[in-house]
Amino acid sequence: MDYTIKIGGEAGQGIQTIGGTLARLFARSGYHVFTNQDYESRVRGGHNFYQVRLSDRQITASRDTVDILVAMDQASIILHEKELSRDGQVVYDSDALKQKYEGLHFFDTPFTQLAVAHGGQKIMANTVAIGSVLGMLEMEIDILIEILKTTFRKKGDDVIQGNVKAAEAGRNFVLKYCQKCSFTPAVRSKPRMLITGNDAIGLGAVASGLKFYSAYPMTPSTSIMNYVAGKEEEYGIIVEQAEDEIAAINMALGASFAGVRAMTGTSGGGFALMTEGLSLAGITETPIVIALAQRPGPATGLPTRTEQGDLQFALYGGHGEFPRVIFAPGTPEQAFYLTNKAFGIAEKYQIPVIIMTDQYLADAEWTYDRFDLNKIHYSDQRLRGADLQDFPDYKRHAFSDTGVFPLGVPGDSTHLIVTDSDEHDEEGHLIEDSETRMKMMDKRLFRKVPHIHEDIAPPLYYGKENADIVLTGWGSTYGVLREVVDVLSGTRSIGMLHFSEIYPLPETEKFDYLNILSKAEHALCIENNATAQFARLLRTETGYEFKGTILKYDGRPFTIDSLIKEIDDHSGRL
Amino acid sequence: MTIAEDYKGQHPAWCPGCGNFSIMKSFRDAMVEMNIEPHKFTIVSGIGQAAKFPHYTKCNTFNGLHGRALPVASGMRIVNHEHLVMVFTGDGDCYGEGGNHFVHSIRRNINVKLFVHDNQIYGLTKGQASPTTMEGMKTKNQPFGVFSEQLNPLALAIALDCSFVARGFSGEMGHLKELMKEAVQHRGFTLVDILQPCVSFNKINTFQWYKERVYHLDGSHDAEDRVKAFEKSLEWGERIPLGVLFRNNRPVYEERIPVNESGPLVKQGFDIKKIEQTLKEFY
Repeated sequence: MDYTIKIGGEAGQGIQTIGGTLARLFARSGYHVFTNQDYESRVRGGHNFYQVRLSDRQITASRDTVDILVAMDQASIILHEKELSRDGQVVYDSDALKQKYEGLHFFDTPFTQLAVAHGGQKIMANTVAIGSVLGMLEMEIDILIEILKTTFRKKGDDVIQGNVKAAEAGRNFVLKYCQKCSFTPAVRSKPRMLITGNDAIGLGAVASGLKFYSAYPMTPSTSIMNYVAGKEEEYGIIVEQAEDEIAAINMALGASFAGVRAMTGTSGGGFALMTEGLSLAGITETPIVIALAQRPGPATGLPTRTEQGDLQFALYGGHGEFPRVIFAPGTPEQAFYLTNKAFGIAEKYQIPVIIMTDQYLADAEWTYDRFDLNKIHYSDQRLRGADLQDFPDYKRHAFSDTGVFPLGVPGDSTHLIVTDSDEHDEEGHLIEDSETRMKMMDKRLFRKVPHIHEDIAPPLYYGKENADIVLTGWGSTYGVLREVVDVLSGTRSIGMLHFSEIYPLPETEKFDYLNILSKAEHALCIENNATAQFARLLRTETGYEFKGTILKYDGRPFTIDSLIKEIDDHSGRL
Repeated sequence: MTIAEDYKGQHPAWCPGCGNFSIMKSFRDAMVEMNIEPHKFTIVSGIGQAAKFPHYTKCNTFNGLHGRALPVASGMRIVNHEHLVMVFTGDGDCYGEGGNHFVHSIRRNINVKLFVHDNQIYGLTKGQASPTTMEGMKTKNQPFGVFSEQLNPLALAIALDCSFVARGFSGEMGHLKELMKEAVQHRGFTLVDILQPCVSFNKINTFQWYKERVYHLDGSHDAEDRVKAFEKSLEWGERIPLGVLFRNNRPVYEERIPVNESGPLVKQGFDIKKIEQTLKEFY
């Protein structure tokens, strides 16, 4: 079983509700699910879609073909009819679309009429639509009923019953009248967890002892703030919506200096405003985690779409020279564990750590059996209360072999905690002399960096050993690369290298990835940007130069089928 | 009991005759009288001559970026509302570069003590106009004189319903000390705008210029009457009022956050075991 359902319509028509409910339902049925969303920067109107893929084996990306198209507007048919698979069906309501479509692949279902007749309310048309998809897939309705009960718990029994009847009506209508519907579901199994990239970052932060999150809303980073805000009371976390991104990062640094784990999140434009604060974190050695959810630029760019265009910016943003760590998870699972690692490293080395994601990964939902909490680490690195008081002669920026001196909590003892954005001495007071300056730069950079390097994990290799074709990617392209390798491995000698710990670049001593690339006949760097920014990083750091790149910068993610075609073209050309 | 010497930090690099010296003396005296030990408070500052204050004062210190002291101070207060946090800043740092944070910190009513060394000129960058420089004043960078109207920080603060608005003068140390004590003891955001001469770059608003104009608000001024306070704040030129212009009892931001009811965040623990339960929400 490997079906794709696409729900298309205007903003405000409930596309997210239908898609989200189906995704949850399939995950609870024990299927593997992958969803992605495509929306415009507007609250009402326009054209949006939510694509849900379900299978009985692991899936990690979207296909180009659609099996069931739920069309809530005419544009959905105009834009997506051509994506239908051979047995694909369009389900729509001719009353709502004010248009009757001819053809065997169109199935007219009176969503609104059934909603009124069975549920009692017009608004339940979306529930009828969900029911009709279940009917097409010949799936049972029990799990949907459970979900409707939870969703409408606060609205009372009448609303719940109305929705249940509406769902049943949609399902029964399809079962009775859709002769061309020939989909068969796989056997159900144990429920799976369903999680987006951004929720996984939020969850990872909460699981790392986050106490303070300050941010200014900016797509596609906002859902991290939303997730954390939902956990404020339960975990004792404060989320502060700052007046701008400059305030956001400075507040987080203030909170971190005061003694708690702090984080901020933004997209490229907001990160631009944060770069002075990033540099401040560098010289004051104040731990901070920054989520950078990319969208296409320059400037406002395509606000709701996806791109990996800010890697070089994350690498070099901020004036002056100071250490930083950059992670770019490729999946929600990696996002969860890497966010935890980001906090660990930020606190251990007292540096900024940037977690890069993008709209595609931020909104995409993946399914998993479970996340393993044994892989989550938490240890408080700060000196508090009596531990700080007992410290003989505490100096915030004292020199040490590792370059790190423990952070003390101001007010917790008679020791004074002093730091400065000016170059400073061991106590933290501003200086001008060259000797102290050199020693402080050495402390922050050259003492720390070798240790940081040791903590960076090598890239992941997947596929055939000594492959002829090696696809290389970073961040959110993990899933699509993996499926492409799966599809092509029957006929080609192919493998992939995926980097999720980007900077400092992993050492080659542990795992010689450069050797893999050099030996491959076709080493291709695949990036969702126009200038192959990761390839540039690799060349700058190692001298290795990719002979081929596949780049996509139209604001849309790679899909399996189109990427396969590009790889074929490429390996044919070479 | 503390003594003034306890607060003595590095040797100041200010110009001889700078108003900052009197402000620092008033501050030390205020702290001695309130008996607040150096480790019991943090001074956050930005950039400028005033921002060097915490280096010359023994205390916890975060000397951050130009204009950004208030957000750092706010972050500190939000996670530790039992710790006294003060900001020492100047007219350029606070009203120019940091103008947005000034507005929003007042709106929040975060319990931060803001002391603005207002010499109506940029000192550290050597004599350019600041937001409070008087219209018409000529500088190297404004050779035709300043065209923009002078910012009135007190009127702005009162318009925003700032919890405590006062003006001091570096030439009246006893009065300034009392204002500082009142500010520290007030619950909520406090603005004390402190007039001070810049002996190097402001040849108009000199010590003498201020001395001839300042007068003390007396008992006839009702600091709780916002409209009257606003009127008072517009007074400038021949006569300049000193003292507490306005105060109110707006609720303090960090005390309204439910999470802070069980004590400052910085003292709250973290129970990793809860995550097991939270994970179930994703099924």
